[in-house]
Amino acid sequence: MSHEKMLNRKRVEGGIKALFFLCGLTAVGAVLFISVYLVFAGVPAIQELGLVRFVLGDTWNPQQEQYGILPFLLTSMAGTGGAVLLGVPVGVLTALFLAKTARPGWAKAIRAAVALLAGIPSVVYGLVGMVVLVPAVQRAFSLPSGANLLSAVLVLSVMILPSIVRVAETALRAVPREYEEASLALGATPAETMFRVSLPAARSGVATAAALGVGRALGEAMAIIMVSGNVANLPAGPFTAVRFLTTAIASEMNYAPMGSLWRRALFSIGLVLFLFIMLVNAALHGVIRGAGEE
Amino acid sequence: MEAVLRTQALSLWYGSVQALKGVSLDVLENRVTALIGPSGCGKSTFLKTLDRMTQLIPGVRVEGEIVYRGRSIFDPAVDVTTLRRQVGMVFQKPNPFPMSIYDNVAYGPRTHGIRRHGELDAIVEKSLRQAAIWDEVKDRLKRSALSLSGGQQQRICIARALAVEPDVLLMDEATSALDPISTSKIEELIAQLRERYTIVIVTHNMQQAVRVSDQCAFFLQGELVEAGDTQGVFSAPKDPRTQNYITGRFG
Repeated sequence: MSHEKMLNRKRVEGGIKALFFLCGLTAVGAVLFISVYLVFAGVPAIQELGLVRFVLGDTWNPQQEQYGILPFLLTSMAGTGGAVLLGVPVGVLTALFLAKTARPGWAKAIRAAVALLAGIPSVVYGLVGMVVLVPAVQRAFSLPSGANLLSAVLVLSVMILPSIVRVAETALRAVPREYEEASLALGATPAETMFRVSLPAARSGVATAAALGVGRALGEAMAIIMVSGNVANLPAGPFTAVRFLTTAIASEMNYAPMGSLWRRALFSIGLVLFLFIMLVNAALHGVIRGAGEE
Repeated sequence: MEAVLRTQALSLWYGSVQALKGVSLDVLENRVTALIGPSGCGKSTFLKTLDRMTQLIPGVRVEGEIVYRGRSIFDPAVDVTTLRRQVGMVFQKPNPFPMSIYDNVAYGPRTHGIRRHGELDAIVEKSLRQAAIWDEVKDRLKRSALSLSGGQQQRICIARALAVEPDVLLMDEATSALDPISTSKIEELIAQLRERYTIVIVTHNMQQAVRVSDQCAFFLQGELVEAGDTQGVFSAPKDPRTQNYITGRFG
């Protein structure tokens, strides 16, 4: 090989490596840009209104210049909490079924269904929720309207299932067979073995699954905007029509005039949502690390 | 001498591969029975069939009979969890649960409904003492069992098996993953345990079979070639294949 060719090849190698590095930087750049932008766009309104009045104010009424986001904040917490409370047990039990007891045919069918569920666009969840779930909730509980927190929780809990099932199943499959054999050999039933050995042994993976569910539920907007009633109420119960942090931004951004306090306050909601998700992720990460080290 | 486990013409197939061919063997009470033979001879399969653990493997088919204290273990009325409580198992690789030492030993009793702390404490201590590891771990019962050495882990597994008060203890090459000192500790332990339990061990190590067992059974290619008093089998084997194996000519 000639010297020229060698040099050329080296240059190409170097170029490719630089390209990879640039691609990697894109993600870093995007995160930095979004974080910085949110802070710049979100802080002014909070400064103007005062942090306490903004975060703990219980009335959101832009016409009256009232910008308290407590209703959205509490709704996001309640909605996510409810979705996780429903979705995690169902998801983890599905994962147990897939990883431990399902016949191959059934496992295949359920896994395909779960994968499809993950691929359905969130706006479709919202549409089906609006047309099917909302009237059903209305009839089941004899309400004037079925668009409320409960409907949103139900939609969210289905939406977060796929990631929970997938991550939890992977974690359960990774549990060494020896643990389960030891339990069976001691006279434990297969069910006892699953709940008392397999699940605890997979707990850090199961916690990761729950964390993914929380993240997805907190950030979702499209699926719930149509089923939650979209009114800035404090979530007094499952049948309250509510508005989430996400849906508040999505539904009002088009109406808030450029440069108005209203518009800036919506960016501040974005900042709060962003910090909230960061905080929850950090907290769950701590839990996961704790569980992993034990 | 009573036979606790009586196997009659036991054959077993993994799919189309026959792993056991008409094995008949009596396991005598309060004796240590050693199953010896080259790799793949069926001795582990035989051991794991005694508490029906082989049935966890898909595609396994069994013919013949295993009678435990007068009753077939394949009888549909026999509860397999009860059988496995009476016939305990220690595995080749130490496999403590990723839990504390205490919780490992208490796992079996808790599974069988013992919840009271005092009672559990007593069982855990007694089992750890029987497994000759109490003195080494009594100050750190809450520590993870995975923090112990391999030999200690194996004795925790023995304690865990003893905690459900089995009648028979099956040990599948329980020392093959351990260092010589741990191995000799477990051999001493087997000698003590034979006073209370009926023990069946699988071993690759013929010196070990001579050291610890009273009865001995030689397997070859799924067949039981010869069984009897360990002294007799080793000093005067009846079958030339046994003779060849114990003198190290193959295997």
